[in-house]
Amino acid sequence: MPYDNAKTYDKLIFELSSPGRVGYSLPAPDVPVEPARAQVPAAYLRREPVELPEVSELDVVRHYSRLSQMNYGLDTHFYPLGSCTMKYNPKINEDMARLAGFGRLHPLAPDALAQGALRLMHELAGMLAEISGMDTVSLQPAAGAQGELAGVLMIKAYHEANREKRTKVLVPDSAHGTNPASTAVAGYEVIEVKSDANGEVDLGDLARHLGPDVAAFMITVPNTLGNFEPRIVEIIEMCHARGVQVYMDGANLNAVLGITRPGDLGFDVCHFNLHKTFTTPHGGGGPGAGPVGIKAHLEPFLPAPVVVKDGDRYALDWKRPKSIGKLQAFWGNFGMHVRAYTYIRTMGPDGLRAVSENAVLNANYIMKRLESHFDVAAPGPCMHECVLSARRQKRLGVTAMDIAKRLLDLGFYAPSTYFPLIVEEALMIEPTETESKETLDAFCDAMIQIAKEAETNPEVIRSAPVTTPVRRLDQTRAAREPNLRWRPGA
Amino acid sequence: MSNIPTDLRYTRDHEWAKREGGNVRVGITHYAQEQLGDVVFVELPKAGAPAAQRQSFGVVESVKAVSDLYAPVSGKVVEVNAELGKTPELVNQDPYGRGWMIVIKPSNAAEWDQLLTAKQYEEFLAQGGH
Repeated sequence: MPYDNAKTYDKLIFELSSPGRVGYSLPAPDVPVEPARAQVPAAYLRREPVELPEVSELDVVRHYSRLSQMNYGLDTHFYPLGSCTMKYNPKINEDMARLAGFGRLHPLAPDALAQGALRLMHELAGMLAEISGMDTVSLQPAAGAQGELAGVLMIKAYHEANREKRTKVLVPDSAHGTNPASTAVAGYEVIEVKSDANGEVDLGDLARHLGPDVAAFMITVPNTLGNFEPRIVEIIEMCHARGVQVYMDGANLNAVLGITRPGDLGFDVCHFNLHKTFTTPHGGGGPGAGPVGIKAHLEPFLPAPVVVKDGDRYALDWKRPKSIGKLQAFWGNFGMHVRAYTYIRTMGPDGLRAVSENAVLNANYIMKRLESHFDVAAPGPCMHECVLSARRQKRLGVTAMDIAKRLLDLGFYAPSTYFPLIVEEALMIEPTETESKETLDAFCDAMIQIAKEAETNPEVIRSAPVTTPVRRLDQTRAAREPNLRWRPGA
Repeated sequence: MSNIPTDLRYTRDHEWAKREGGNVRVGITHYAQEQLGDVVFVELPKAGAPAAQRQSFGVVESVKAVSDLYAPVSGKVVEVNAELGKTPELVNQDPYGRGWMIVIKPSNAAEWDQLLTAKQYEEFLAQGGH
C-alpha cells in the first residue's frame, strides 16, 4: 500500500519530545531578573517543572501540518450536518478579519482609537436587527447557547421588573438540547410541550401548560424537523395573551432570510448563530458568535456594555443599571463580527434572500431523491433541512449510526443522527445553499447505494468505516470511562 | 416485538412500575433502553426525596440522548439502586431486574390505576410510542 500521510500519522506532540531540544532563542534580558520565588507566594508555586514537549520549530510545523492533513472540513468535503448550517465560509471574510485595524486592535483600546471597530459592531447589530425585525441586537454572546441564556435572563429581568413571579419555561419536545439547558441555567423549571404527528407544536398541549406561572415559550422556527410552524402567529398570540414572552431559537434562520422576520411574527427575543447563517467558521469548535435580538420592552436589560452612536462618534455605554450584566471577556467574539459583517455586505438584501431560497431548494431536492429509499419523518415540502428515518433499514439490521459511518467511507460527512429525538433512527440532512447540484447528486447516489447495501450486503455498512485513520470508536466505553488527557508514561 | 411483562404497569414515558407490598419499584422498559442505546450514566435521587407523578425523578444518559425519568406514582423515594452508579449497563442488560432504579412509597393509591396495563402499553407502542 502506498504511504498515506493522512492515515498513518498518529503521534502526540509529547511523543516527539527530546530532552533539551528547543525551538526558540531569546536575547539576554535587559531588565533585572528576579526569581519567581521572590514574587509569587509559595502556595502558588509548582513543586516540579511543568512537563512541556521539548521540540524544535520544524518538529512543531511538521506535526501540525500533518495533523491538518487529517482534517475533514468544508474546504475539502460536503458536510450536511442538520441544524448546523455547515455552509462554505467565503475567504474574503478572512481577508477582512486580518486587516491590521481589526486583527491587531487591542480590545481595551480607548473608544477614540477604536472608532472603526465600534462602528462595525454598531452597523452589524443594526443589520441583524433589520434582517430579523427586532428592535435592538446585542453582539456580546459568544455562541448560540449563550445567546439563549442572555435572552432568557432578559425575559426574567423583565418579569421581575413587572413584579411578576413566573417560574416555568415551555420548550417543545423537538427542541435543541441547548434550550432546556439554557433555561435551567437561568433558574427556570423546564416543561416539555408535545409535538403532533407532523412534528408541529400540539396547540392543545401548549394551551394546557400556558399558566400564570409561565415566563416564556422557546421555539425553533423552522422547527427541527425542517418544517415551518404554520400556526406560529396563533401560537405567539396565545402566549402573549397569558403574558408569556416568546423566544425564537434562530438556529434555522438560514431558511427564511429576506422571506419572513421573527420580529414581524411577534417574537420578543431571537438569537442568531453567526457561525451558521452568516458564514463565520463553525467546525473545529468556533469560536462561535450568538448575538441576541430583542423588542424594545427588553432594552433596559441588554448585556452591558452596549455600543452606542452619538452624532458621528461611537462609544461603549456602561451606564445601564437594569442590565443583566456582562456575559464574557471584552465585547463578544469580535473577529466573528467582522466576518459576518463582510458576508452581509457582500451578499446584500437580494443575495440573502437567494441564500434561503437555494437552501430550501437544495433540501427539497435531496428529500425528493431519497424519499423512496428512506422513510421521511414529516411530509414535505421541507424548509432548509429534511429529516429521514432509517427505521426501514433498522429492520434489516442497519441503524442510522451504521449509515452515518458508511457515508464516511463514501467520502461524505454524516448528517446529524438520532436528532430530533422524536424521530426514530433520525438522519437530519442540511445541504445549505452553497453546494452544487453535482455534489447533491453525488451525496444522494451514496445514500441510495447504502439503502441498497442494507438489503444485499448489510455487513459492509455495519463494519464501516474502513477508509478513515481510525475505525469505529467505542463510544460507549468513551462515555463510561472518559480518558481525557495525555499523562506522562501512560 | 418488545418484551413487556404482564405483571407490571407502565407510563407513556416508558417507565415500568411493580407493586411490592405497599411500595412501587420503578425502572425503564425494554423498549426504552433499546431506543436509548447503551446507557452510560444514570442520575437518581437520594432515598427520602419526594416523587411526584409525571414529574422528573432523575436522568438517564445514553450514547444517543439524555432523557428525564418520570415517576409513575407520587410518594417518597425509599430505596435507590446504587449499583447503577458503577454499572449503568445493567439498564440495558436487565431492564426489569437488576436495572431497576428506585422504590417509591406511594402517597396516593388511586394513581396506580391511572398507569397503563401491559396490553395498553403494547398498543401505545404499536401506535408509535409517543
